[in-house]
Amino acid sequence: MCNTCGCNPNHSHAHAHDHPAPRKKITIEQDILSKNNSLAKTNRALFKKHQIFALNLVSSPGSGKTALLEKTLRELSAKTRFAVIEGDQQTDNDAQRIAKTGVPVHQINTGAGCHLDAHGIAHALDHFDLKNLDVLFIENVGNLVCPATFDLGEHHKVAVLSVTEGEDKPLKYPTMFENSDVMLLNKIDLLPYLDFDVKKCKEFAKRVNPKIKIFEISVKTGAGMSTWYEWLAQEAREI
Amino acid sequence: MHEVALAQEIVEICQAHVESGSKIETVKLEIGALSGVVAEAIEFCFEACAKGTALEGATLLIDKIKGTAKCPICAQTFEVAAVFDPCPHCQTYPVEILSGRQMRVSEIEVNDV
Ligand SMILES: Nc1nc2c(ncn2[C@@H]2O[C@H](COP(=O)(O)OP(=O)(O)OP(=O)(O)O)[C@@H](O)[C@H]2O)c(=O)[nH]1
Ligand SMILES: [Mg+2]
Ligand SMILES: [Zn+2]
Repeated sequence: MCNTCGCNPNHSHAHAHDHPAPRKKITIEQDILSKNNSLAKTNRALFKKHQIFALNLVSSPGSGKTALLEKTLRELSAKTRFAVIEGDQQTDNDAQRIAKTGVPVHQINTGAGCHLDAHGIAHALDHFDLKNLDVLFIENVGNLVCPATFDLGEHHKVAVLSVTEGEDKPLKYPTMFENSDVMLLNKIDLLPYLDFDVKKCKEFAKRVNPKIKIFEISVKTGAGMSTWYEWLAQEAREI
Repeated sequence: MHEVALAQEIVEICQAHVESGSKIETVKLEIGALSGVVAEAIEFCFEACAKGTALEGATLLIDKIKGTAKCPICAQTFEVAAVFDPCPHCQTYPVEILSGRQMRVSEIEVNDV
């Protein structure tokens, strides 16, 4: 039967449309993310081969990811060999900030892209001496939605949430917090000036992801940073 | 808008399944309610991504898959709108997600020229 007018294609009356050639159905059944996932697997294998502990830092813009990295690198790079991949839509500001700590850094500019993907990471890895690397930090594009969907091959996603953003963020952006193994609640030095409810925020994060580990920190004052360093050292040892 | 990147993946996956010169008329997708992806945004990006390819002008048919879950305590199954929804019968959470996370290209229809 013809889809346009419901007539029999063998009919003889004249009308104004063509009858399309028969269509062939092809079954595909493929995950839309399959290409990214297979590249992430390749990255993961490379990390394993070189015993590199890789973390993917995700957050909304301005939560303090770069500040966290600057401080962590300054305080720990005497003992641990770090490298950093910076993801931003534009500028290499963050890479310049990291470079000042003396740690190798590579900037990826995603242009219109709102997240890093496994393909970009695979190429960025060419810029490092993987044989002499213990911990790789990947600072994702500031965005609480898109980076959640793209596996980069990292061991863990670490979500940074600053207290100025409001305690309801884990519920509003559940995919991000569900896919993260750690939440760093940053800027706690500002709590006296805000109505941010820490207990509620942690409860919301645990509701979305009961296994998430939460550390309350202030990059500015250094409060709680030792809990983050301990986790980092412990996990890096166990890979 | 990671839907742009996903729409590009859809175009690539479909193209890999047809001979050059074929025209893809329809693309069937399964998008789960818990996948973190907005079906309408995919639709919006798809048209632009399909331009100049075998998929130009193709119809996108999106099968929205409901989120369903099973309660680990009372064992009932039910629909969920978010991964952290509690069991509507006994308020337990987390619940075990059964469906709704997928995003797949399931089938295409091709016109061989
Ligand atoms: N008060 C306070 N300010 C902080 C803290 N950590 C970071 N900041 C400030 O927050 C602002 C943003 O910090 P960045 O490190 O640039 O944030 P980011 O997450 O890297 O931002 P994007 O890369 O643009 O997404 C800067 O002005 C920091 O000085 C903190 O613990 N307390
Ligand atoms: Mg930054
Ligand atoms: Zn129940």
